[in-house]
Amino acid sequence: MKLYCLSGHPTLPCNVLKFKSTTIMLDCGLDMTSTLNFLPLPLVQSPRLSSLPGWSLKDGNAFLDKELKECSGHVFVDSVPEFCLPETELIDLSTVDVILISNYHCMMALPYITEHTGFTGTVYATEPTVQIGRLLMEELVNFIERVPKAQSASLWKNKDIQRLECSGVISAHCNPCLPRFKQFFCLSLPSSWDYRLLPSPLKDAVEVSTWRRCYTMQEVNSALSKIQLVGYSQKIELFGAVQVTPLSSGYALGSSNWIIQSHYEKVSYVSGSSLLTTHPQPMDQASLKNSDVLVLTGLTQIPTANPDGMVGEFCSNLALTVRNGGNVLVPCYPSGVIYDLLECLYQYIDSAGLSSVPLYFISPVANSSLEFSQIFAEWLCHNKQSKVYLPEPPFPHAELIQTNKLKHYPSIHGDFSNDFRQPCVVFTGHPSLRFGDVVHFMELWGKSSLNTVIFTEPDFSYLEALAPYQPLAMKCIYCPIDTRLNFIQVSKLLKEVQPLHVVCPEQYTQPPPAQSHRMDLMIDCQPPAMSYRRAEVLALPFKRRYEKIEIMPELADSLVPMEIKPGISLATVSAVLHTKDNKHLLQPPPRPAQPTSGKKRKRVSDDVPDCKVLKPLLSGSIPVEQFVQTLEKHGFSDIKVEDTAKGHIVLLQEAETLIQIEEDSTHIICDNDEMLRVRLRDLVLKFLQKF
Amino acid sequence: MDPECSRLLPALCAVLVDPRQPVADDTCLEKLLDWFKTVTEGESSLVLLQGHPCLVELLSHVLKVQDLSPGVLSFSLRLAGTFAAQENCFQYLQGDSSLFVASAASQLLVHVLALSMRGGAEGHPCLRGDDWPACAQKITDHVEESLCCTATPKVTQALNVLTTTFGRCQSPWTEALWVRLSPRVACLLERDPIPAAHSLVDLLLCVARSPVFSSSDGGLWETLAQALSCLGPTHVGPLALGILKLEHCPQALRTQAFQVLLQPLACVLKATVQAPGPPGLLDRTADDATTVDTLLASKSSCAGLLCRTLAHLEELQPLPQRPPWPQASLLGAAVTVLQLCDGSAAPASSVGSHLCGTLAGCVRVQRAALDFLGTLSEGTGPQELVTQALAVLLECLESPGSSPTVLKKAFQATLQWLLSSPKTPGCSDLGPLIPQFLRELFPVLQKRLCHPCWEVRDSALEFLTQLSRHWGGQADFRCALLASEVPELARQLLQDPESYVRASAVTATGQLSSRGLHAPTSPEYAEARQSLFLELLHILSVDSEGFPRRAVMQVFTEWLRDGHADAAQDTEQFVATVLQAASRDLDWEVRAQGLELALVFLGQTLGPPRTHCPYAVALPEVAPARPLTEALRAFCHVGLFDFAFCALFDCDRPVAQKSCDLLLFLRDKIASYSSLREAGGGPNTASVEAALPRCRTGEHAQPPGDQEPEAVLAMLRSLDLEGLRSTLAESSDHVEKSPQSLLQDMLATGGFLQGDEADCY
Repeated sequence: MKLYCLSGHPTLPCNVLKFKSTTIMLDCGLDMTSTLNFLPLPLVQSPRLSSLPGWSLKDGNAFLDKELKECSGHVFVDSVPEFCLPETELIDLSTVDVILISNYHCMMALPYITEHTGFTGTVYATEPTVQIGRLLMEELVNFIERVPKAQSASLWKNKDIQRLECSGVISAHCNPCLPRFKQFFCLSLPSSWDYRLLPSPLKDAVEVSTWRRCYTMQEVNSALSKIQLVGYSQKIELFGAVQVTPLSSGYALGSSNWIIQSHYEKVSYVSGSSLLTTHPQPMDQASLKNSDVLVLTGLTQIPTANPDGMVGEFCSNLALTVRNGGNVLVPCYPSGVIYDLLECLYQYIDSAGLSSVPLYFISPVANSSLEFSQIFAEWLCHNKQSKVYLPEPPFPHAELIQTNKLKHYPSIHGDFSNDFRQPCVVFTGHPSLRFGDVVHFMELWGKSSLNTVIFTEPDFSYLEALAPYQPLAMKCIYCPIDTRLNFIQVSKLLKEVQPLHVVCPEQYTQPPPAQSHRMDLMIDCQPPAMSYRRAEVLALPFKRRYEKIEIMPELADSLVPMEIKPGISLATVSAVLHTKDNKHLLQPPPRPAQPTSGKKRKRVSDDVPDCKVLKPLLSGSIPVEQFVQTLEKHGFSDIKVEDTAKGHIVLLQEAETLIQIEEDSTHIICDNDEMLRVRLRDLVLKFLQKF
Repeated sequence: MDPECSRLLPALCAVLVDPRQPVADDTCLEKLLDWFKTVTEGESSLVLLQGHPCLVELLSHVLKVQDLSPGVLSFSLRLAGTFAAQENCFQYLQGDSSLFVASAASQLLVHVLALSMRGGAEGHPCLRGDDWPACAQKITDHVEESLCCTATPKVTQALNVLTTTFGRCQSPWTEALWVRLSPRVACLLERDPIPAAHSLVDLLLCVARSPVFSSSDGGLWETLAQALSCLGPTHVGPLALGILKLEHCPQALRTQAFQVLLQPLACVLKATVQAPGPPGLLDRTADDATTVDTLLASKSSCAGLLCRTLAHLEELQPLPQRPPWPQASLLGAAVTVLQLCDGSAAPASSVGSHLCGTLAGCVRVQRAALDFLGTLSEGTGPQELVTQALAVLLECLESPGSSPTVLKKAFQATLQWLLSSPKTPGCSDLGPLIPQFLRELFPVLQKRLCHPCWEVRDSALEFLTQLSRHWGGQADFRCALLASEVPELARQLLQDPESYVRASAVTATGQLSSRGLHAPTSPEYAEARQSLFLELLHILSVDSEGFPRRAVMQVFTEWLRDGHADAAQDTEQFVATVLQAASRDLDWEVRAQGLELALVFLGQTLGPPRTHCPYAVALPEVAPARPLTEALRAFCHVGLFDFAFCALFDCDRPVAQKSCDLLLFLRDKIASYSSLREAGGGPNTASVEAALPRCRTGEHAQPPGDQEPEAVLAMLRSLDLEGLRSTLAESSDHVEKSPQSLLQDMLATGGFLQGDEADCY
C-alpha cells in the first residue's frame, strides 16, 4: 500500500492511494497562494498599476522589466495569475481509477487532472460539494476571463531551462512548452543569469514550473460531468476490491471524510472537518474507529485563533467602522463562512443599531450561492433542518434579502452602481485580492482611513494579499475564521478512534515556524505520525495478511473438519482457486484425468493440477523431556539436549545424529542413515497429531 | 420548650424510628437539630430529657432498629452529642461506648473525651497519660490504634476526631494528648503515599492554632516543618497558607512555608525567564521535582496547582502578618502566567515550552492570574514591571480570543491598577505611564462596547462607570476619553436589546453626564445633555425590564444628590416628573428607589436627617432652605405625599418600610417647628382621608390630588407610624419559621405517607 503525495499544501491536499488493485486519488486541491506573486487584475483601468516601474537586476540588466514590476518595495509578475498544480509526473495519472472529493475547496484542481492527464475514471462527491464547487470554479473563471490580459509572462520562471542547459538532465517537472522557452532563453538571458537572483518571494516560490493559467468553463463542465453523486454512508464498490464510503465531516455543506476498506483493512481519509456547531451536519466520528491507517489533512490554518472570538472581533470592528461613516470590505469566497457571518450580522446589526446599513454581496454566483444554501436541507445541522419543516428558510439571510438589508449583484457593473449607498458592508471575492470585484473596492476605498478591510478567510496571508496596494490608509483587521479541527480536538479524536497509524502532512508534525515553542500546536500521537511532503511516496506501514475467499457449497460439503484445539477445527482442502474481478472462489478440483488413448496431445494451457495423495498434516508440539525418555526407551543412549534461541537440539552423540526441534519445524540430521532417520521420524510423529 | 411542641414530640419520635415512614427531606432534620440546640441553650438538657422520656427512647431505640435511614441515625447521634455537651446530662449516655460509626460519632467521642477529662482531672494538670480516666484512656487507645492502621478511612476518622478535639478543647490536657499522639502523626508523614493528607493538614493547623501550644510547642513546629517538606504540592499549599496565617510561629517555619507556597510560581518563572531577573525570594526557592512533576503531569493538575497557589497568595496579601512580600517577583510571575496563557511567553527550557502548550488558552488559570494581578496593584513595583503588567492587561482586553469571563476579570484588574497608580501629590495629572495607557485603552474599550456578546458590553460599561467615577476630574482622563468615541457608544447602548446592558449603559451615561463628559466639541452640548434626561425618563417609563428602570432611578437620585444641572435647574419639576413615573412602576425596587429620591429631596429642603448616634457631635441645626409651609407646599406639589402614603400600604414590605421611615423623618422634622399650628380638621383633610383606603387597596395609580399642607400634616399626625414600623419589622414568614410549624410539617408528611400506605392495600 502506497501513498503518493502530489500536493504539499496541508489544507489543499491531493494524494493518490494505491490499495489492493485500485488507484484512488484523495482530493484534488489547487494551491492558489501562487497568485499572490502576481499584480492584481483591475476591473477598471488603474493608472497606478499600469505605470509601475519594471524590475531590473542589481547590475542594471533589465531583461525581465516587462514581466516583473516593482510596487512599494515588492516585485510582482505582471501577467495573468497562475495556480500551483499538484504534481502530475510523480505517478501516471491516467491510471487513477477514482477521485474522492471531500469538500468544494478541495476540488479546484479537478479540471487540470481530468482533462489533461488521460484520466478515464470516475469522480465521487456529494451533491452540495459539486454544486458549490461549480460555483467556486465559475466565479474563478469569470474573475479571470473578464479582465483579459494581453501579456503572459513566462520568461521569469525559466528555472528548468537553466537546469536543463547546465546539467543536461531533464527535470521531472518538465514543461510542455519547453522548446519555446528554450528559444527565449537562448535569446535573452544574460550569461550569468541564475534563478536565485530573482527577488523574494519569487525566488522561494514552490514549483513554479507546475504553475498554470486558469482553466476554461468548458473544461470545468467536462470535469464536472465525470462526477458521480454520492450520499453520506453510501457504500460504493470499486472493482470488488474495496469499498469507499463518504462520512459527514461537519466542515461545509456536503463535506465528507472517506472510509476506504476491504474485508480486512480499513483506511480512513480525514480532510477538512469541524466539531463546531455551524451550519453543516455534524461530523461522524464513530465510523472512523478501528482504522489501520488514518490519513489526516485539512486542520485549521490558524490554530491559535478561536472562531467565536474572531466573529466577535469581526462584528465589533464592522460596527465601529460603519458608525464612523466608513465602509467595510470583506474579501471572501461566495460560499461557506459567509453564511455564518451573515447569520451573525442578522442577529447583531439590530442590537448594534446598524439596521439601516446596507450589506452588499457581489459575486457572479452570489444569487446561486444564497439560494443553493437554502435547498440542501438534508445536509444541514439539525437546527437548520428542523426549520425546513416549519416551513422556514434554514438560513436567516433569506430575511435579510427580503427586508432589503442584504442585496446581491453579479458584479459592480450594472444595477449595483445605481443602488450603491455608503457607508456599507461589501462581501466580495477573491480573498487573494488579485482578481474579482474586491480589487476595485481596494482601489476605491484604500485611500481613506475611515474604511476597513476585514480578512476572514484564512487561506492567504493578509500582509501578502495587501502588498500591491501599499501604502494603504484604510484600516486592516485580520480575523481569520477557520472552523476546522485544532490540535486539541485532533488529539481527542485520535484518542477516540484509535487508528493504528496516522499519516499527515509534515507541517503537522512540528510546531508552526513562527511559534516554535508551542509544542501543543502539533500532532501528538503514538506511534508518532508518519509525515509526507510534496512529491514524496510513502509506503504505508502495514502489510496485508488476509484475503477473503469463498468456497463453493459442494466443496464445503466435502470438508471434514477436525477439532485440533477446543474451538479450532481444521480441514484439508484441495481445490482450484478461481480469481476474477478481485473475488476469489475455491471450486472443487476437476476429476483426475481418465487415462486416455494417448492420441491427443496434452495442451499446456489445459494442464490440470496433479492431485497426488496428500501426506497428512501435522500439528502439536514435542515435549523435549518426554521425547528424550522415549529415545532412551528405544535404545538410544548418550543423549544430550542443548537449548537454542528457537528451541532445542537433541544430540545423539553415538549415532552422530542431531534432532533440531523448533516451534514450527523439526529437522533430523543424520549422516546417510535412512533407516535411522525413519525410525527417529516415527518417534517424533508419535508426539504429533495427524489429520 | 413550649407546651405545644412538647405535645407533638412523642409522635415525632415515633415517626423518626419507624423505618416504614422514611423522612424524605434531610433539611427537616437539620432544622430540627438547630431547634434542639436553641432549646438546650435555654434550658438544662437533663431537665429536657427527664421531661421527655421519648427522646431517651429515641436515642436508645435507633441503635437497635435495622434499616434505619442514615439520615435519622446521624441526626440521633448528633442529638445525643448535643445533650452530652452538658456535663450533667452525660449519665444518659455513658453506657453507649460503641458509637464509633461516622463523622457524627466522632463529635460525640470528642465530647465524651473532653467530659471525662474534665471530670477526672479537676484541678490537676493531668499531663501524664497513665492516670487518665478509663474512658479517656480507651478513646485515646482507639485513636492511637487507628493512626497506626494501614486503612486510610480509619486514619482519616482518627485524624478528624483529633482535629475536633483540638479545635474544641483548649484545656491543658490536650497538650498531653498531643505529646502522646504526635509521634504517631509524625509517622504518617513518613509513609508513602501519605494517608489522609487533607485531614492531616487540618489537624496540624488546628493544633497549631490552639492557644495551648503557644508557649511550649511539644515538637509541633518540627512536625509542621516535616509536613511542609513531605506533603505533595496539592496538600502542602493549604498547610503553608495556614502556617503563614498563624499569629505566633517561629520565623524559620514561616520562611519555609512561604517558600513552599511560592514554589509553583518559582518553577514557572524559572522555566520562562531568559536572563536572571531582579533578586527576589523566588530565586532562592530551591528546585522542587514534585512541583515540576505536578505542573507537567496534565493540563488539569497544572491548572489546579497554579490556581490554588494564586488564590492562596491572594488571600495572604492583605494580612498584616504576611511575610516580606517579594512584590517584584510576584508581579513578574503573574505577568508570566498570563503570557503563558495567551501564548506570548518565551520559554527558556523544555519545562517552559511544555507549560506553554499546557497553559495556552487556559481560561481558568487566566482568570486566577488576573485576580491575583489585580491584588498586586496594592503594592508598588519597578516601573518596568508595572509597564509590563499594564501591557499584559491591555493585551488581554484587546485579544479576540479572550472569553467574556476573562475580559470581566481583566477589566477589574485594570481598574485596580489604574486606581492604585501613584499620583504626584498636589498635581492633577496621572503620572507618566497612565496617559499613554489610556490612549491605547480607549480604542480597545470602544471595540468591547461593540462586542456581540452582551456580557462583554456589560463589563466594559461597568468598567467605564467605575473609571469615570474615580477619575472624572482628572484632566488626562477627560482628554483621552473625550478624544474617543466611548461616550457616544455608551449612549447608543441605552438601546441595547439586553436589559442588563441597558441598565449598565444608564449608570455609565448617568455618571459621564454628572462629570460633564459629553463631547465638548459638540455644538448641541446642552441639548445633548437635556435629551439624555428625556432618554432616561423614557426608559423609566417604558422599558419592559426592571434592571434599566432601577438604574435610571439610581442615576436620578445621584443627580439630585450631586446637584446635576438637570436636577438643579428646576428641582421641583425634576422630582415631580421622576416620582410620577416611579409611583406607577410595577417593580418594588423602583418604587423604593423613588422613596430614596424623595428622602434626598426632603433632606435638601429641610436639612439632613438627624443622626441617632448618641456619641456623635451634635451639630447646630442647619437652618432649612425655606420656610416650612413653603416646603410642605412644594412636597405636595411634587406629589411626594401621594407617593409616600400609597407606598405605606405597598404590598412589598421594603417599600412600606421605607415610606414609613420617610414619613417618620418628616414628622420628626416638622415637630421641631414649634410655630406650626395644630390642625385638627383642616380644610381638605377629608380628601386625603378618603384617599387612604384607596391607597390601602393598591389603587395608587390615581393620586388623591393636590392637597393642602395642613391636611397632610393632620394625616401625618393621625397615623400610627411607630406601630406600623414595628409590624413591618416582623419578618413576614415569622409564623412559618416557628418550631411548632416544623414539627407539624414533619408529622403531616408522616401522616400523609401513612395515608398512601392505606391506599395501596
